[in-house]
Amino acid sequence: MTIDSIQTGGARGVPLVELQDVSIAFGGIRAVDHASVDLYAGEVVGLLGHNGAGKSTLIKVLSGAYKRDSGNIRIDGKEADISNPRDAKAYGIETIYQTLALADNVDAAANLYLGRELRTRWGTLDDIAMEAECRRVMGRLNPNFRRFKEPVKSLSGGQRQSVAIARAIHFNARILIMDEPTAALGPQETAQVGELIMQLKAQGIGIFLISHDIHDVFDLADRLAVMKNGRVVGTAHVKDVTKDEVLGMIILGKCPPGAIPGPGAIKEA
Amino acid sequence: MGWGMAEQSNAGGPASSNEGLFRRLLRAAEIDTRMLGMLAALLLIWVGFDVMSAILRPGGGGLFGGSFLTSRNLWILLVQTSVIAVMTTGMVLVIVLRQIDLSVGSMLSVVAVATGVLQVFELGPTLGVGHPAIWIIAVIFAIALGAAIGMFNGVLIAYGQIPSFIVTLGGLIAFSGAAFLIASGVTVAPMDKTFKLIGGNGPLASIGPMWSWVLAAVACVGIGIATLSGRRRRLKFSFAPKPVWADVLTVVVGCAAVLGTTAVVNSYLWPARVAERFAVENNIPIPAGVENRAGLAICTAGDKVVTCLDGLSFQTGYPIPVLIMLAVGLVMTFVARRTRFGRYIFATGGNPEAAELAGVNTKRLTVMVFTLMGALVGISAIIASARLDAATTALGTLNELYVIAAAVIGGTSLAGGIGTIYGAIVGALLMQSLQSGMALLNVDSAYTNIVVGIVLVLAVFVDQAYRRRVK
Repeated sequence: MTIDSIQTGGARGVPLVELQDVSIAFGGIRAVDHASVDLYAGEVVGLLGHNGAGKSTLIKVLSGAYKRDSGNIRIDGKEADISNPRDAKAYGIETIYQTLALADNVDAAANLYLGRELRTRWGTLDDIAMEAECRRVMGRLNPNFRRFKEPVKSLSGGQRQSVAIARAIHFNARILIMDEPTAALGPQETAQVGELIMQLKAQGIGIFLISHDIHDVFDLADRLAVMKNGRVVGTAHVKDVTKDEVLGMIILGKCPPGAIPGPGAIKEA
Repeated sequence: MGWGMAEQSNAGGPASSNEGLFRRLLRAAEIDTRMLGMLAALLLIWVGFDVMSAILRPGGGGLFGGSFLTSRNLWILLVQTSVIAVMTTGMVLVIVLRQIDLSVGSMLSVVAVATGVLQVFELGPTLGVGHPAIWIIAVIFAIALGAAIGMFNGVLIAYGQIPSFIVTLGGLIAFSGAAFLIASGVTVAPMDKTFKLIGGNGPLASIGPMWSWVLAAVACVGIGIATLSGRRRRLKFSFAPKPVWADVLTVVVGCAAVLGTTAVVNSYLWPARVAERFAVENNIPIPAGVENRAGLAICTAGDKVVTCLDGLSFQTGYPIPVLIMLAVGLVMTFVARRTRFGRYIFATGGNPEAAELAGVNTKRLTVMVFTLMGALVGISAIIASARLDAATTALGTLNELYVIAAAVIGGTSLAGGIGTIYGAIVGALLMQSLQSGMALLNVDSAYTNIVVGIVLVLAVFVDQAYRRRVK
């Protein structure tokens, strides 16, 4: 029985993304060590682990921010050549970084379109069209948002977050990476992000959700993968494991029976 | 009741109601209040110098009786500003990108000397002295050489990952040595006669009153069209345009500034000797008149040519280096505000990592910005050597510091991400005003340096205090 055929949750056929045997080291430290994870269309996969477990590093390989030392990335079953963020965007991979990665000194519209500016027929920036579109998008995402003329530095955490989210979903992403999307948010905004994830999932977008919060992952994800010391402890369907078992995976690296063990799982004595 | 009302209207909009009417008007018109403060400071300095020079030496003919606010001094001030101002527009982008270029002064020397050697020792003998192609080749060569040196800096910084401070500090030292070697330690002179005009030398180096007015008219129409099209585009996407009075004010003030400047440069007349020589050479009859020592025109009295009130005079109009400065300012403003390249520079300066993650090729961007800086140094080298009619290895000495100071006085933040081209040009003008004003008052240049240094530090202090209050 292949691993693919055990995948559950409406995910079938060729995975949208396959990360296979990905390794990356910084100096002598193996931040990610032969990690393999996959993601299907319309599926949310939660990536869990302690600080420094390698989850952010792993997805930064996918988003093009880091270049892997070895391993393969396949999109729609085809080998993908991702060596910088531009390559990743060309494959429809969008990322909401934990730091939000906003240019603080420019306004919301400039951030929304950073790297993909709308231009007039003379090739100049079409700021007015960008602002108009930004007003439309933000009106849907965060109706209270009014401060279009101000640098994003002066916005609140939630407002900044919505700019980062708008940027990730505005350009027809197929694969969305969310790195701690709710870390800086209040309860109400967190609930909004949760709704948004469900909407995007329904549209067939594949989502990697990185989180510290095990409850978030159980609420939102279809499957989860746990990392420890750069290695995958195991992957599991959320229905097949309990929160306590997942905590065991995160803390001890112990793979429960409901999960498929990875190279990072400790061997039972 | 007052406070309750105030709080309610606070909730209604971003503009807090306890700010003054004036401030609200400025906000509605989207006027840069910081810029307004700088212009006020500039005006204060100008008036101050005129009044002081009036006290020291009355009868200078200036607005307040001194010799600073005279058309002659203002005309010269603009010409003197152009070398630094052209480079400052590039330095703004370099600093906005969180980099620095300490090598521009030495680079100016090396480009000027190489271009001088090219025209004096190579093109002159080969093509014949005064050949019309010489100045064109020299100009292209200077800009290309500047761009090449800038690109070299940029590649070391972006791909060699050496801090720009170090790369350009090395350049500051190395390029001045290179300039000395190229010139073999001597002053290279004289420049080609057409090339010389770029420096603003002689009567033909200005475009005259008629073309100056034509230019002013074009600029006025341009301001009008730009304002109108901005208005129309905002309406098209149905969000509120600026209030009508604000747009009208922009056009009126802009136009008045253009016309006023034009009137000033046009009212600067050729010096009597230059006018006389020109009249004789071109067989222009000099009218008879009565000698008047305060007069600026020329007349014949008997067989002598004297100065008089009514007689033959020539208006200068805009000098070529000032036109170059204005053109560079316009183009660079366009580049910074309306192009993707400019947007990337600001975004990268604000958060380099975010720009990289958003797909901006920040390494290539760095190389491009330093290349542009180099090309602008090339233009400044042309103006500086043409103005001096000679290329020396000391031509650009200390220019890097003046350029950086002008950019900083003009509101460019060394932390990156913030700065404007027009601010930097006004900064350059402000610094040059201090220097030539104090020269006019016969202040020792040692004191001048002390004052300029203090003003630089003070400007940044005031600026930061202002920004904290605005926050």
